[in-house]
Amino acid sequence: MEYQILMENLSFRYSEQEEMVLKDISIKVKQGEFVAVIGHNGSGKSTLAKHINALLVPVSGKIEVMGMDTRDTENVWKIRQKIGMVFQNPDNQLVATIVEEDVAFGPENQGVPAGEIRKRVDDALREVGLYEYRTHGPHLLSGGQKQRVAIAGVLAMQPDCIVLDEATAMLDPRGRQELMEIIRRLNKKEGKTIIHITHYMEEATGADRVLVMDRGRIVLEGTPSKVFSKAARLKELGLDVPRSAQLAIGLRKSGVPLPDILNEDEMVVELCRLKSRT
Amino acid sequence: MLKDITIGQYFPGDSVVHRLDPRIKIVLTFVLIISLFTASNFKGYGICALFVLVQLALSRVPIKYIFKGLRPLLIILFLTIFVNMFMVEGVVVYSLGPFDVTREGMVQAGRMATRLVFLVMGASLLTLTTSPIALTDGIEKLLNPFRRLGLPAHELAMMMTIALRFIPTLLDETDKIMKAQMARGADFESGNLLRRAKNLVPLLVPLFISAFRRADELALAMESRCYRGGRGRTRLKVLHMVGMDYFALALGGLVLVTTIVSRGW
Repeated sequence: MEYQILMENLSFRYSEQEEMVLKDISIKVKQGEFVAVIGHNGSGKSTLAKHINALLVPVSGKIEVMGMDTRDTENVWKIRQKIGMVFQNPDNQLVATIVEEDVAFGPENQGVPAGEIRKRVDDALREVGLYEYRTHGPHLLSGGQKQRVAIAGVLAMQPDCIVLDEATAMLDPRGRQELMEIIRRLNKKEGKTIIHITHYMEEATGADRVLVMDRGRIVLEGTPSKVFSKAARLKELGLDVPRSAQLAIGLRKSGVPLPDILNEDEMVVELCRLKSRT
Repeated sequence: MLKDITIGQYFPGDSVVHRLDPRIKIVLTFVLIISLFTASNFKGYGICALFVLVQLALSRVPIKYIFKGLRPLLIILFLTIFVNMFMVEGVVVYSLGPFDVTREGMVQAGRMATRLVFLVMGASLLTLTTSPIALTDGIEKLLNPFRRLGLPAHELAMMMTIALRFIPTLLDETDKIMKAQMARGADFESGNLLRRAKNLVPLLVPLFISAFRRADELALAMESRCYRGGRGRTRLKVLHMVGMDYFALALGGLVLVTTIVSRGW
């Protein structure tokens, strides 16, 4: 099993009369990779995400998760345990009236013994920094904190891969930053595969690989610096380029020898290097 | 403004009564109800009253919370006393125009009033000392044996949990929609009853649509976390009875037996 997630010519439509929402998609994701998927509204990002944990199954083509075909109904629950999903609206994915009960929901469904659930819940809540809030009601938490509870709920199921379906879309900048820090840490330290669907370009810059979707197809793919260097193509697709990347492209056009740049820090380093050379 | 509505009337604490197994507390509440209705004389009522008052003292719930629970009962209480005093036939003690107050009527009224007051006190004590989650858990466990008869015990408990979880969320949302509609000139506060009811339509329609959307998303999130009904499910907190619970249960049994026996005293 070389790839954790393997999509081959996957196509999908919601009903027979409609056009395909996903067209002929092939993606390979390795264990431990951080993949960002970007695209404007209606490009099929969320539909793609729902295929990964078998909430939707392809109309044609196939998707295998850890070697298991999602169309085989016997695999569904094994796949859902391995692939954790975090959704967009923090209010609509918490089930219980108390934080720790909500985090326990996943392992409870899997039939994990009580003592083991306790341990997993405590570990997961510490991981996202909400252990002190374990007896609070979710409605008393901020949006960012609720999403962290959702992540803890997923972690308690001990997945290998976490899919974030626009999980940062409804958060304020601070909540987004906190969430991204946790996600990066889970990716680096725990080696969890991350599939991060977003329309904030800055969040995609930290990924190993960026996929750009448009009208159900993958139109651009590559490392963040490679993808964001194609500013004109991204604009054409209705997407923004991170400001630093845009600045680097502009400077290069007017003769400043800069490489592809993704964020402010890189920009500072490169400019200082240029300055010290002259 | 809507946020001020408190849900349930749980009074957090760590007393003996708070720590009792929720199943035992539910059973004891039923024991109390049965005892109150089998008791036929004031000795029987005395036993029941003592039972409730001991619980109350042990729970350390401030008495004003109990009175708060009794307040909505006042009208029913007066009505019961009034009807019983005048309608029961027997030895006339006092005449008030066409109505006769009878001795038997007064006894009957006193009986009904005592029953009602202690019934509500006992039930409020249950909700005051048991968190909604513990209560839901207790109900699920108690109904479990009836599952074989087709009673969806787990589903009922899950529905209660989700309802409790979403009440604050939906209240928040109602507040938001109200403000949004008021900003566009909606008026929720003037006019007669019919008019006010009509004015609620622009509030209820968006609220319902949003509730359905939420339900849809929640179902997806639950399925993603491997929810497939109650079968094979374990719980984070396992209810298990300790010495105190057995003692309370025995006490409840004793109350029930003595009230039944007291009928003959």
